[in-house]
Amino acid sequence: MNFDLRFPIGIMFTLFGGMIAIFGLATSGNDIYTAHSLGLNINLIWGAVMLGFGLLMLLLTWRGRKKNSPPRR
Amino acid sequence: MQQIHLGGIDYSILLIYFGFVIGIGWMLKRYMKGSSDFFLSGRSIPAWVTGLAFLSANLGAQEVIGMAASGAKYGIMTSHFYWVGAIPAMVFLAIFMMPFYYGSKARSVPEYLKLRFDEKTRGFNAVSFAVMTVFSSGISLHALAKLLELLLGWNYNYSIAISAVIVLVYIFLGGLTSAIYNEVLQFFMIVFGFAPLVFLALRDVGGWTALKAKLIPVATSQGYAAGTWTQSWAHMGGYKENPMGADWFTMVAGLGFVLSFGYWCTDFLVVQRAMAANSMSAARRTPLIAAIPKMLFPALVILPGMIAIALHFASGNQFLPLGKDGTPDYNMTIPTLLAKYFPTGLLGVGFTALMASFMSGMAGNVTAFNTVWTYDIYQSYIAPKKSDHHYLWMGRWATVFGIVISVGCAYLASKFNNIMDMLQLVFGFVNAPLFATFLLGMFWKRATGHGAFFGLLGGTAGAALFHGLAHTNGTEVGIKGGWIAQHFPFNSEMAQNFTMAIVAWTTCFALTILISLATKRTKSDEELKGLVYSLTPKPETAHEPWYQQPVTVGILVLIVTVALNIIFW
Repeated sequence: MNFDLRFPIGIMFTLFGGMIAIFGLATSGNDIYTAHSLGLNINLIWGAVMLGFGLLMLLLTWRGRKKNSPPRR
Repeated sequence: MQQIHLGGIDYSILLIYFGFVIGIGWMLKRYMKGSSDFFLSGRSIPAWVTGLAFLSANLGAQEVIGMAASGAKYGIMTSHFYWVGAIPAMVFLAIFMMPFYYGSKARSVPEYLKLRFDEKTRGFNAVSFAVMTVFSSGISLHALAKLLELLLGWNYNYSIAISAVIVLVYIFLGGLTSAIYNEVLQFFMIVFGFAPLVFLALRDVGGWTALKAKLIPVATSQGYAAGTWTQSWAHMGGYKENPMGADWFTMVAGLGFVLSFGYWCTDFLVVQRAMAANSMSAARRTPLIAAIPKMLFPALVILPGMIAIALHFASGNQFLPLGKDGTPDYNMTIPTLLAKYFPTGLLGVGFTALMASFMSGMAGNVTAFNTVWTYDIYQSYIAPKKSDHHYLWMGRWATVFGIVISVGCAYLASKFNNIMDMLQLVFGFVNAPLFATFLLGMFWKRATGHGAFFGLLGGTAGAALFHGLAHTNGTEVGIKGGWIAQHFPFNSEMAQNFTMAIVAWTTCFALTILISLATKRTKSDEELKGLVYSLTPKPETAHEPWYQQPVTVGILVLIVTVALNIIFW
């Protein structure tokens, strides 16, 4: 089976991370952050973390593909 | 508590997640060529995937919600479920039992029993497991729908229908592989969904040291020593010293040995994931790979509970919603924390993680059910000697009716409050003796089929008998015990359940030995090769790097676990 699970995981977290981080940027300074997450823009922070994880998964997928099918010269 | 309001972005995250879940099922459809692909993933999955799925299949929302609730109610003693209960059992399974599950070519746990013992032992296990697992699935479904109704005001029936359909679709299409892949997705969702919750809650309470200080009045106000919520062993000398009501022996033997080993080593729900691995080495590493994050999970699920009760107390009993008797509604710990600390955006992630864990609990039960039904009940007793294609077809339809029965059980649970208690009870009756049967089967070649079957039956009956005679002070006689007579009083339900488990296991163990010695062996040494320790060549691992050797990794895991126990003594 040639289904690398890291690929959908990577895409999903890149997507989620990106969405949340951008939302965090767009709502920066909004009082939802003082009401909930102790004043921290947790959307931006955690969105960036998830984005990083998603990209890491995609990187691992890409390296896995390179290892399994070396480029022909 | 604050009602949860989901914003547009939160719903988007939820919908995207469901899209991925069904999409994965859709993409796997073309790999489902035969029954072995559908039920066993063709034994082709890499260890890191089976390892995370192994952990995740067990990590239903009842665990996430339940462990946080226990963290609030009992404090760090709850970690015993992990550090004394789960981890040693997972290591034992990896090193000693996987060679038999994987090497014997059994396609399920009941099938192992047939190969090792006889048809009637298999039948007993298959039927009791199938019933319990589909009930479990129904209860997950009910708990989810109830929570959604409470938190968001969603219609109960729609929640049931939508969740059931989503799970049905992705398993129908992609079988076990789909369930496994989605469990891995769910694992990462839970970690990313709950880690920020712990971070924010811990920050709010002032850090670990401040938390410890705030938990002192929680303990003293209930009549316990100051450190009871933050010390996991120091107050286990006697049952009166801690809120769990258990002394260290009852806890170690009842929970640590019988119940944990009974679950982790014999429950097909988790073992199925290890059996899907792509090699013997991968299969043995699966529970160990799962054990590593499992060791750290107390920080993710128990710690929030401890923080919640500290905040509840410090705020004058304002933080958590109260039950009818004025005590906190512990099951609302996680929802309360989510509502408080997560703004819209992250709330979508946390909420999706919660839903994902409920649904994957269902999915795990349904895949275990459809396999046991098709191979151990249908193929064995109803329609043997059909084509593989026929069994694949049966497996798909077993998925459908497994889900239909789950929905039925969900409605039953909504009508009768006691259903969850009943299920716990039946689990205890059946699972506790089972581990004795497996231990003897795998390590004592003299154990016979009659011994195993009647030992199991006797152990189950012994558990029921004990339950009828045991009773926890202050509870109603009936489903919680004492329905024959109130002969054995207990201070807490946990202590009663742990003791019942010990009784069940010991009865089964003793009976199996006695009856085996009194009956003739029906299998020769040659037939038992690959099924019994003394008759099986040890797996060859010397050529593997140290971090892939099961025994080495197992020992390391145990050392770290012991260290954790000492740190939080």
